[in-house]
Amino acid sequence: MNPAAPPSRAGASVRAVQDPFHGDLLEVSMGPHHPSTHGVFRMIATLDGERIVRLKPVFGYLHRNHEKLGESTSYLASMPYTDRLDYLNSMTNNWAYALAVEKLAGQAVPERAEHVRILLAELTRLLNHTCLAGFLLQDTGCSGTPLMYAFREREAILDLFEALSGSRMMCNFQRFGGCRVDPSPAWMEAVSALVGRYDRFLDEYEELITGNEILLARTQGVGVLPAALAINAGITGPMLRASGVNHDLRRVDGYGLYPRFPFRIPLGDHGDTYDRYMVRMLEMRESLGILRAVLRDLPGGPIIDPKAKLRGFRPKPGEAYGRIEGPKGEIGFYLVSDGGPNPYRYRVRPPSLINLTVLEDLCLGHTVADAVIILGSIDIVLGEVDR
Amino acid sequence: MLGTGLLHGLKVTARNLVGSFHDPARMVTTQYPEERTRLPENYRNFPFLLGDDPADPLGTLRCVACQICEKECPPQCIYIVMERDEKGKAQKRPKVFDIDLSVCMSCQICVEVCPFDAIKMDQEFEIATADRFTGLLRHKEDLARSNAYYHQLHPTEAAAVDAALAEQKARQAAAKAAKAPAPAAAPLATPAVPPTPLPPAAPAP
Repeated sequence: MNPAAPPSRAGASVRAVQDPFHGDLLEVSMGPHHPSTHGVFRMIATLDGERIVRLKPVFGYLHRNHEKLGESTSYLASMPYTDRLDYLNSMTNNWAYALAVEKLAGQAVPERAEHVRILLAELTRLLNHTCLAGFLLQDTGCSGTPLMYAFREREAILDLFEALSGSRMMCNFQRFGGCRVDPSPAWMEAVSALVGRYDRFLDEYEELITGNEILLARTQGVGVLPAALAINAGITGPMLRASGVNHDLRRVDGYGLYPRFPFRIPLGDHGDTYDRYMVRMLEMRESLGILRAVLRDLPGGPIIDPKAKLRGFRPKPGEAYGRIEGPKGEIGFYLVSDGGPNPYRYRVRPPSLINLTVLEDLCLGHTVADAVIILGSIDIVLGEVDR
Repeated sequence: MLGTGLLHGLKVTARNLVGSFHDPARMVTTQYPEERTRLPENYRNFPFLLGDDPADPLGTLRCVACQICEKECPPQCIYIVMERDEKGKAQKRPKVFDIDLSVCMSCQICVEVCPFDAIKMDQEFEIATADRFTGLLRHKEDLARSNAYYHQLHPTEAAAVDAALAEQKARQAAAKAAKAPAPAAAPLATPAVPPTPLPPAAPAP
């Protein structure tokens, strides 16, 4: 094999690895700036012919000391930094962090705020899964169209976030004991309108692509994640449920007011890339059901506990772990307080990073083109992987 | 039958393509900078300082240089020095108030923690500059804006702030009146509050 004439490809370098027992292997370095890696992520794939025999993920390029920063700033000042973890889902990140601090401080949350939180979390789930469907299909080679359709709808949700919180993605919306802004009736109407037409978009999207034979050929049976491995590796979120494990923190923990709102949990049969895609499409339909119920039941009252302190927040010594079912999996914040104004220990449980740990197991035996789809179906955001 | 899924998909793209010629709802892009969308009222970008006098906002800044926002700012982009007279007595106004916009992350925490409603969020976003060192460093001279400007940006919020301030002022005046003994009735005729009335709320654009 002649390594001197590799296919020229932006972002990938190719060199030969000598292996006396198994002919020649190729080591392909994809990233850290390869567009299919969804950010600054690097995969070093060792190929035997077309097949991947080893895959080493390299991350940390986007490390920005999030956890240590959290220990050196006040509880409130960490809130906008949590937006920047998984920058698609700032609302759920905010909620998980607020939940941890509220547990730590024993802070109550008014009903209206709990409803608004569920509303925003489910909108975030729609946003994330819509984006993922677009990106995943872009990775399979459906160049442009599905991504543009997905982004058209994502833009509508981001407009709602912007109208409410002032920023499209860095919402910084939750506060300890409630939410920052009380949504106006006009905003609620805009949400109702969006929820009302989202089903139609999902129908259109599924008609566009879900039955597409090329998509089925590319995704079915690719990157199979067995349920046992998923559990052992600590996989959470839609990826775990695509492997057939019925575990959803909204049901298991019943945090917030989720027990009041009925919803079904879609499960996959095979744990392949197609199941991971379908589970997310079905989850969006369930989210719409929850959204309708929340919009119907939204009570009045204060949006934030009037006794909640904004500044000079000093919880009693202790520890707390707040976790919620984020769109990507279990997002959790572990906090230890020594009674001071800053957390003594601040730790994030990032679903993207932990879901990424099985990447090699999923990719073995597949081609590089499949590895791209598998990575896309894991649904990572490098802001959260590297923190 | 093999291929029907493909054809179904093509039908959707064809519908969108044809629809984009006659259905404005399918035209989702805006030709910036020729066309602009209206920013929502809550939109926030970078902070500015509020002054009460519309003619001289810089001279009548509400800021008392208490430095709470400086302490609470997560990325530490605010720098404040309090004004002092020649004897070293604090003057309750900022001598220096700098915000480095290249550090600011638009989180609005300074606005939330300010007890004097002196700092608010601007909506100006076209601030690109070729000067990478001081081009985005804003001094209090650049940051001062009038209340009318605030009303223009955030009409609902500004009206609520003005109402709260007026109520606070009335309460203080009442407390002062209650504290003052009966013989002091004559001096009470003069207003106890500083003579800087809030400008009338500008109508929303």
